Amino acid sequence: MTEQVPTADTVTPTGETLNVLHKRFKKAVRQDDRDGYDGILIDPARLVEVATAARDELGYDYLASATAVDYLGKGDHLEMVYHLCRTSGGPALVLKAQTPRENAELPSLTGVWSGADFQEREAWDLMGIRFTGHPNLKRILLWEGFDGHPLRKDWREAYYEADQKPFDSRWPDGHVRRAEQDNPYGKNVRYPDGFVLDEYQSTAEDALYADVALGLDVSADLATERVVVSMGPQHPSTHGVFRMIVTLDGERIEALEPVMGYLHRNHEKIGERNTFLQNMPYTDRLDYICSLSNNLGYALAVERLMSLGSRYEPPTYRAEAIRVLMAELTRIVNHMWAIGFLLNDLGAFFTPMMYAVTERELILDFFEATTGSRMMCNYMRFGGVAHDIPDRMRSEASLINDRVRDENTMEYLHKLINERLPRAIDQFDEYLTTSEIVTNRCIGVGVLSTADAIAASAAGPVLRASGVPYDVRRADPYSIYADLDFDVAVRYHGDVYDRYLIRLDEMRQSIRILKQVWPLLMDTGGQPFFAGRGGIYSPRVPAGESYGRVENPKGELGYYVVSDGGQNPRRYHVRAPSFINLTALEQMCKGHKVADVVAILGSIDIVLGETDR
Amino acid sequence: MTNNSDFLKELHDPELPVPDDMRSSVAVTNLDKLMSTVYNWGRRNSIWPMAFGLACCAIEMIATAASRYDQARFGMEVIRASPRQSDLMLVSGTVTKKMVVPIVRLYNQMPEPKYVLAMGACACGGGPFKDGYNVVGGIDKYIPVDVYVPGCPPTPQALLHGLIMLQKKIDGQSLSNRNSVPWYGRGPSDEATMPVLGPDIIDPRQAHILRRQAGATEQPSEPADTDA
Ligand code: SF4
Repeated sequence: MTEQVPTADTVTPTGETLNVLHKRFKKAVRQDDRDGYDGILIDPARLVEVATAARDELGYDYLASATAVDYLGKGDHLEMVYHLCRTSGGPALVLKAQTPRENAELPSLTGVWSGADFQEREAWDLMGIRFTGHPNLKRILLWEGFDGHPLRKDWREAYYEADQKPFDSRWPDGHVRRAEQDNPYGKNVRYPDGFVLDEYQSTAEDALYADVALGLDVSADLATERVVVSMGPQHPSTHGVFRMIVTLDGERIEALEPVMGYLHRNHEKIGERNTFLQNMPYTDRLDYICSLSNNLGYALAVERLMSLGSRYEPPTYRAEAIRVLMAELTRIVNHMWAIGFLLNDLGAFFTPMMYAVTERELILDFFEATTGSRMMCNYMRFGGVAHDIPDRMRSEASLINDRVRDENTMEYLHKLINERLPRAIDQFDEYLTTSEIVTNRCIGVGVLSTADAIAASAAGPVLRASGVPYDVRRADPYSIYADLDFDVAVRYHGDVYDRYLIRLDEMRQSIRILKQVWPLLMDTGGQPFFAGRGGIYSPRVPAGESYGRVENPKGELGYYVVSDGGQNPRRYHVRAPSFINLTALEQMCKGHKVADVVAILGSIDIVLGETDR
Repeated sequence: MTNNSDFLKELHDPELPVPDDMRSSVAVTNLDKLMSTVYNWGRRNSIWPMAFGLACCAIEMIATAASRYDQARFGMEVIRASPRQSDLMLVSGTVTKKMVVPIVRLYNQMPEPKYVLAMGACACGGGPFKDGYNVVGGIDKYIPVDVYVPGCPPTPQALLHGLIMLQKKIDGQSLSNRNSVPWYGRGPSDEATMPVLGPDIIDPRQAHILRRQAGATEQPSEPADTDA
C-alpha cells in the first residue's frame, strides 16, 4: 500500500503568494526584506483572514510549525513565525506577525488549524504572547504560578552567567566554579523580588483541574459515575514522564487533557547560549532514540544559513551517503522500539520488546564503532560528518553473553541490511500482525480522519496512517533522497492498527534505501567525509533565519534557527513531532475505554525528551 | 554466594576461634551477624526496582534489563510499576523542577528498606542541562542517594556496576547497628520534605533563607551550604 508522490519543485513560495495576497489584503501584507530573511509580514489584525486564505485558496493546508522570536534590541518586538506547507509537497511558506513586547497579543489561529493549539500555548508559556480566541490558554511546559516567560531575552535563569558561551569561568583561563556557590540557596532557584513565602499558595496543581472536570466537583462525594483520573507522570505506559488528566464516565473517556513539561529541560534557552556547534550534542537528547537523525535536521538548518555566506561548501557526496545510512538505520531502531512498546501497552509485556531490543543492539554496535557512542552519537557536522566509517568493528566487551569480535564494518552492515534486519521485520510481521492481542485491541481504535490529521498538524506515521502520503523526504527532499528509489508508505484507516502496520511498511522502505546506499558507500570509500575550509569547530554563520526539516521516524522534525551573525543563535526552536502529534490525542481517545488510551498513545509513539524539550 | 568458604569467612566472627582444619565447613558467629548476613543475602539478590524512566538514561536502563545485559542475573528483573512494591528507585534521567515533586512523593511512598540509584550525569548533578531554569542540579538535593553512576548515558555495563555496588552496600548493613540505616532504628523514620511549586521550586527546608532574603534584598548574601 504505497503511493508515488510527485517531487516538488524548488521555487520559493514567497514571491507568487505575495502577489496573490497583496491584491486582496493590500498593505496588510508585505515582504520581509531583512537580510537573510524570507516570508511575508502580516498585520496582526488580518492574520486570521490571511491564514484562512492561504489555507483555502492557495492550498497551504498544513501548519508545520508556529513559534515566537524575541527581537529585543533589534526592533524590540516579538514575532510569531508560521511555516505553512502543502500536503501535496513543496517548500514552506513563511508568515510572520509582530507584536510589541509589552502586553504582547496576537489573534489565535486555532480556528484555522487545530494544530496551532499547543504551539500557541508554548509561545504564551515561554514568550508571553497572549493569543486572543485561544480556547485554553494555559501554561504548557511550566506550571501555573511560574515567574515570568523564560525565553524572553531579558529573562535570566538562576545560574545565569553570561549571554553567550563559552563562559569566562570555564574557558580559556577561568577558575572553574560550581554555579551552586554563587547562589544563596545553593540550588538552581531564583525568586522574584518581594516574594513572601508565608503568604504564598501554590496553584500549580489546582490549575490543572480547573477546567477539565467538566463542571464536576471532584472534592464532593465520589458516588458519581464520572471520575477524574490523573494518569502519570509515573506510569508504566506513558512512555516517560507524560501525564494525562482524564475525565471518565464509567470506563468511557469524556475528556482528556495532556499535561507535559515534566521533562522540560530548557533546550531552547540553553541553545541560545551555546555556540552553533555546541548545540549538536544537545540535539541528540531531543528524541533520544533517534539521535542521528536529529543531528541531521540541525545540520541542515545551519548549513542552509551558512549557504547565505561566501565561504560555504556543501557536504561531500560520501558525507550525504553516510548521513542517509545513519538516518535510515535510526528509523529502523525507532520503529522496532515503537512496536515493542506498543505491544507492552497492549499487554504483551516485554517479550516483543526483547526481540526489538536485540535488533537494536546490533545497530547500536555499528553506531558505537563509528561515532563512539551507543546512543548520544553527536556525529553530524556542518558540511559533513565527524568521522569516517571505520574499517573494522572491534568489541572488547567480554561479558559472558557478548562475543568478543573483530569484523569488517562494511561486511557487517551488508549482513545486517540484507539478512538480519529484513528477517527480523518479517518475524515481527508474522508474529504480531495477525495476533489476536493486536487485532482485537487495535482495529478501529483511536481513529483519526484525514481532514483532522492535517488540521491538527499530525506528522510522520500518524499522518500517513490517516491517508496522507506526506513525507518530507519526498515533499521537500534533502540530502540525497531525491536520487533514491523508495515509496512513501501510506495507510487509510487512521486507527492504531494502521499506525502499527505503517511502521512495518516504513522499515521495509528503509531497508530498500539502505540497500541502495550500501554500494554508494563502497564506491565512495576513501573520499572526504567533510567539506569546507572553515574547519569543523568554528563555522561561520551569517545573519538570517532558516528552517531545516527532516522526516524523523516520529514525523517532521524542524529546526528554526535565527542568527545575528555571531557565535550563537538568537533563536533556536525545535518543531518536535512528538509534541505536536499529541494535539490530536484527545480527539482520538474520546469515546474509547480508558484501557485504550495507552494503546492510542503507544501508537502515536512519543518520546518525552522531544515533547517537553 | 557461589563460593561456600568465602561465605563462611564472611560470616565467621574473628574473635571466636575455630580449628584451622574446620574452617572450610564451620563458622562460629553471633546471632546479629548471622541474621544480618542471611537477611542481607536475601535482600541483595531480590531487589525490585521501580518502573520509572525519566529521560534518555531510561532507554539504557531498559537495554540493561533486556536480553543482552540481562539484569535478571542479579535478581533485579521484577520491575514494579508501584512504589509500594519497590525497593530501589533508579533515577534515570534529568530531574526537572516540575518532576521533582512527584519523585519525592514516590520516594516517600516506597516502603523501607529503600535505596536510590542516581543514573547519569543529570541525576547525579544536573548534567548537560544544569543551567536550565527548570532543571534540578542533582536529585540528591531532595532525597538521599546510595549509588551514583556517572555517564551520559551510562552504558549498561556501568549501570550493572552501579547495581553491584548497591549489593555491596546492602551486604555491609547491619541489623544490630541501628545507626547504620534509618529503618533499623527506633520509631518511624523521617519522610523526605516535599518541595512546592511556587514562582520557582520552593524547598521548605530552606524557608529561613527565603525569609531572610526577602527581608534583606539589598545586602549581598552569603552562599549557603550546598547540600542543605
Ligand atoms: S545524563 Fe545524559 S543521557 Fe542521561 S538523562 Fe541526562 S542528558 Fe540524558
